[in-house]
This record gives sequence, structure tokens and C-alpha cells, in this order.
Amino acid sequence: MSGSGVKEGGVRLQIDGRALQVAEGSSLLQACHAAGISVPTLCFVEGLSVVGACRLCLVSVAGQPRPLAACTTAVGAGMVVETRNATLALLRQLGLELLFQEGNHVCAFCVASGSCELQSLAQQLGVDHLRYPAQRQQRRVDASHPRFLLDHNVCILCSRCVRVCAEIEGAQVWELAERGSATRLVAGLDQPWGSVDGCTSCGKCVQLCPTGALADKAWTTGERQVDASVAARLRPTRLEPVRLPAGWDTPDGMP
Amino acid sequence: MTMERRLVIEPLTRIEGHARITIHRDRQGLVQEARLQVLERRGFEQFCLGRPFTEMPALTARICGICPVSHQLAAAAAGDQLLALEPPPAARRLRSLLALAQIIQSHALAFFHLSSPDLLLGWETPPERRHLFGLIAAEPELARAGIRLRQFGQDAIEAVAGQSIHGAWAVPGGGLHSLRVDGRDRIRDALPQARLDARFGLERYKQVLDRGGLADLEAIVSLKSLFLGLVGPEGQWCVQGGALRLIEADGRLQADQRPAGDYGQLLAEAEEPWSLMTFPYVRALGYPRGLYRVGPLARLNVCNQIGTAWAASELAEYRQRNGRIVLNAFASHQARLVEIVACLEAIEQLLEDPELLDPLVRHRASLNRLEAVGMGEAPRGTLFHHYRVNPDGLLEHVNLLVATGQNNLAMNRTITALARHHLDGLGTASIPEALLNRIEAGIRAFDPCLSCATHAAGQMALQVQLFDADGSLLAERRR
Repeated sequence: MSGSGVKEGGVRLQIDGRALQVAEGSSLLQACHAAGISVPTLCFVEGLSVVGACRLCLVSVAGQPRPLAACTTAVGAGMVVETRNATLALLRQLGLELLFQEGNHVCAFCVASGSCELQSLAQQLGVDHLRYPAQRQQRRVDASHPRFLLDHNVCILCSRCVRVCAEIEGAQVWELAERGSATRLVAGLDQPWGSVDGCTSCGKCVQLCPTGALADKAWTTGERQVDASVAARLRPTRLEPVRLPAGWDTPDGMP
Repeated sequence: MTMERRLVIEPLTRIEGHARITIHRDRQGLVQEARLQVLERRGFEQFCLGRPFTEMPALTARICGICPVSHQLAAAAAGDQLLALEPPPAARRLRSLLALAQIIQSHALAFFHLSSPDLLLGWETPPERRHLFGLIAAEPELARAGIRLRQFGQDAIEAVAGQSIHGAWAVPGGGLHSLRVDGRDRIRDALPQARLDARFGLERYKQVLDRGGLADLEAIVSLKSLFLGLVGPEGQWCVQGGALRLIEADGRLQADQRPAGDYGQLLAEAEEPWSLMTFPYVRALGYPRGLYRVGPLARLNVCNQIGTAWAASELAEYRQRNGRIVLNAFASHQARLVEIVACLEAIEQLLEDPELLDPLVRHRASLNRLEAVGMGEAPRGTLFHHYRVNPDGLLEHVNLLVATGQNNLAMNRTITALARHHLDGLGTASIPEALLNRIEAGIRAFDPCLSCATHAAGQMALQVQLFDADGSLLAERRR
């Protein structure tokens, strides 16, 4: 965007020393993406609402006393933003470490090993040990669904599943229950997943899961294959009426 | 009773790879029993509970870096049964290939690197020189042959599984991907050198035997026991996909052609308050009379023949030297070499099999059974994985019966025999250096899992304690 045609009504700001102009109402994360600046995220997925849960996309904004989540911060005229510095690197590392410390993440036999966003970010950001001892909480696996399973051990509460089910599939199977460190993902107001009538077994939640928490039962270690772009691709179909291209036949009786 | 209390709480029993041996004398001052204490249980069975059975091949492979393939294959075999299917022919062949390669690499390590310093340099050589580096100095060609053979096994595993250690290839229903032509050719190209190396090891070892290098100990470590192993449908030597055969010390059949699921009928596990390892025994004979052994010695005892030419002739020579049913634990060294030959020839046959490269390597199904036992021959002996799952496929019960555990009773008996030989009639309450050496060799003959944790320098960390009938410590030696 920088250097290309200036859009009317755009907002001018500076990110990592580069002058940019982006559409008003954009988030800082969108501005970064538009400028080709990569910022680590775990809860954000193109096509879903933003929640600012993972705190990995923290950026420094000049004049602000503390870093802000880029996904939930709207661009402002004249903002001077930094996406990389020592403080941010430490905060991101700590954020990741706390996720590892809270759950029971063992890549050695996980279905997602090799395709896991948490694993991959840990490698990228240099998380090779934990500052605080792992909690080793006893957590369950819900395998009551005939096709899928939910492994609470590796769920990082990003809520992508909650959002895709509500916003794209419209089934609203998932919710986050409890508060604070007791927070956990529940299906159908805390029932075994397999007994939730509302679940259409579409599998979008599995496609969007950043770890192996939601997985296909047919997968064994390292076999997970997902495509998180499903939300972005399906988003338009949920917002606009379907218009068939001119010349396409429609079945009898249909508009 | 004071004796028992004292032993159970010793924290040293928890040091993995550190052999702690306690010798107990009776009122007359004679050796009553020697006990090998090793931490064999690391809680694996416990933390598998609640996990999906599909994870078990990769999860249990992490038990060990020496024989991960064996656990992976047993777990996958149990998984096949839970799905109630048989893997495609190519997958069955590739699993055999993995099992054979695993035995070659593990036996090569056990013979050439861990045991050869004892066998070739002599047990009376001081431990400062009796280790792998001493062997390299004295017999560099033999040491090289061992390294190459081990590499052959590791490379073959890598060609099939993608990585040589912890490659998660075997899965319920078959394997993850087919073998590529270049992978097969790589194994084939390495075979001639592997054969030469195996021949060299055998020749060198037979020279030791011909010099009578082991004769003084054979009588002491000859132990009457039953033997358990897999055999093929004709009773032939077999490491994957066979059935159980159990024979008595005189060769009589106790059980034959029994499927994995019968293991619980044939075997039971006893517990002793002083050990974290269980003491498996043959159920029909009770504990401890049902003492049995698994591993190379057992496999060569239970099989009628080996189906390939060179191995068959080595087996014949082995039997000529040691007898049809071999009770002497030290013959395990030769048995390992015979098995390396058998594995090399079996791999050679598999590589010529056109079905080996078939792209269909996995059958799929959902959960169709709730209980299964997978088994196979690991380098150290028959391995069982017994799972029970809930209707959702989550594990509710896991029992892993491993080779070192099954040889536990026999190892204790062997050490007891050695302790009696060296201590009874000695008069003093001391532990002679010779006993330490013999115990080390006695344990190593079984190639138990703790040997993989011995130092690179080849010296086994040993702690031997001598107790009187009241449980007071009379003497202690550490190394």
C-alpha cells in the first residue's frame, strides 16, 4: 500500500518506520498485513470476528503506556507503531510459554505435530524452555463425537471454534465456560460433544483449530491436514445473498 | 522384616540405568538370593489412560531410543485389532522389514559394542580398559563392523519410516506411506557389506568359543526355564506376524500356535515388594516355578528352523555347540549373531518381493472392538501391548509386557548363581572384584534395557550390596 495510490478517506500512519495509508476503521493488524509485515497471532483468523485473546499480536504505539493488541486496535491518524522490539519479543515469548505451561502439550505423539500453529510459533519465537513449571493439570479428551475429538490438554482457548461455529456455520455448538484459569471449551452448554444435536458435523472448527485440540479421529500422530482459510472463503456466503452469474441455469421453482 | 523395609525405601532403586544388586545371606552365611533392582516402570501405562488408541504407536515408541520400532509395531498391531482389520500386504511386509532392521541394529550394539569388550578383551581385564574404546584400540576392524551393521539397521528403518529413531510410520491399519524404489535400492546396496560384517563378527566370536573363553561360566549360568517366542505356521523362526510357542527346558511343547490374545491365559505377573518391575511367569506352573525366558536364546530354542540358507547353517552349528535347547545364558551372544544373519537374509528376501512397493499400505476402519493385544519380537524378546478402550476409542486399560520384565526372574536367578559361586565358602563378608565383573557379564547376557543407559565408555554403573540374614549391610562396592 505504501507508495501506491492514496485512497480518499484513508488514515496515514507509520509502522516499523514505513509510512502507510490504510482504510479508516482498519485494525492495526490489518494495516500490518496490508503492508506485508507479519505479526504473530493465534486467535485471529481472517473471516471471523476479533477477540484479542492470545495477546501475541502486541505492538508498541508511541505515546501509549503499554503495548496494544494489533487485532483489536483501530488505526489512528499519525500513529507511530513498532511491531518488533526487545520488549515485544519478551512479551510474546512469555505469552507462548504461559500457554505451554498451562496445558499439556506433547508434540511427540500429537496429531498436529508439524502443522501446529503453537508449535511453529514457539520455534519461530525461540521458545525452547519454560520459565515457570508446567502445571500438569489433569484434563480430559472428549471423543464422544463419531468423527471428531476434543483434547482439552492442548486447547489454548483461542475461541476460533466458538466463532466459526456461531458466525459461519450458525450452529453455535461451542462456548467458553467458567472464568480465569478454570476456563474451558464446552459443547452444547457442557455436554459430551457427541450428544449435541446442534452440531452439524461440518468440521469447520477442526479446520480452524491452531493446535490438535479439535481433531479428526482418523488422524494419527502428525497426520493433521487443515486449511484455516475456510473461514475467509465462506464468509461472503454468510453475509450476502447468493447471486448466480448471468446465464447460469437455476432449478425449476427457485428464484 | 527389617530387611524388606530397608530395601523398599532406598531412593537409589530409582536411578534408571544404574544396576543395583543386593545379595542376601541366610543364617548359615550362604547366599540365599541376589536381587537385581531396576526401574522398569516409568508410568507409561498410567499416562496412556484416557488417550486415543491411535496415538499409541508414537506414544509408546518414546519408551526407548533403542527399540522404538518394536513398541510402535506392537501398538499398531493392537490398533489393527481394534479396527478389526488386517493391514494390506505391503504394510505387513514393511512392518516385518522394520522389525528385522530393528533387531539388527540393536543386536549389533549389544554384541559389538556392549558385550565384545568383555568377550574379546577378557573379563579379567580391568574395567578402565574393558570398554568400547579399549575394543576400538585392540580390534578396530571389529568395532567398525559393529558400527556399520548398526548403521545398516538404522538406515533401513529410516528408508521405511522416514527417520531412524521415533519415526512414527506404523499406524493402526498399516503404515503412513509406501516404500520408494530408491529407499529399497539403498537398503539393497548396503546388504553385501552388512553380510561381510556379520560374518566377521561370527568368525571372531567362534574363535573366542574355540579357545574355551566362556566355558568356566557356562555351568554356573545354565538355568532351567521355559522359553517363549513367536514362530511361523511351520514353527519357523519369525519376528512379526507369528504365533506364540512356549516350550519347557527339555523342549516339550507347553503351548503352540497361540494368538496374542491368549497371552493372559499363558502368562501372569507376580509382584515383589522390593522391585518396581513385575515378575512374569507361566500361569500353568505358578510363581516362581513358571520361570521363563524370552529373547534371542528363547527364539532359537522355540523355532524348528530358520528358513534361509546361511542362517539355517549357523543355527545348526549353534545347536551342535550348545545343544538343541540351550540353557546357558551366555549363548545369547552367539544367538544374537545368528539372528543378525537371519534378519539380513529375511530382509534380502523381502526386497525381492514385488508386493513390497505396492502403494496401498493402509486400510481404514473405525473402532470395531474394545480390547486387543498386539505382539511382536523385539530385539530383547516378545513384546505385548494389551489395550482396552471405551466405545469412543479412549484407553481404559494398558498393559505393556516388555522383554526385560519377562527375563526379570531369570536375571535374578543368574545373578544368584554367580553370587553363590563367588561368595559361598569365601568366609569373609566382602565382594570380590571378580564377582562384580561376572555380575556385569551375567546381566549383559540378557541385554536388558538398562544396558542402553550404560556409559559410552561401556562401563556399567554397578552397586552391589551384601546383607546378612538380619538385614544389616556387610559390604558394598560401587563402580
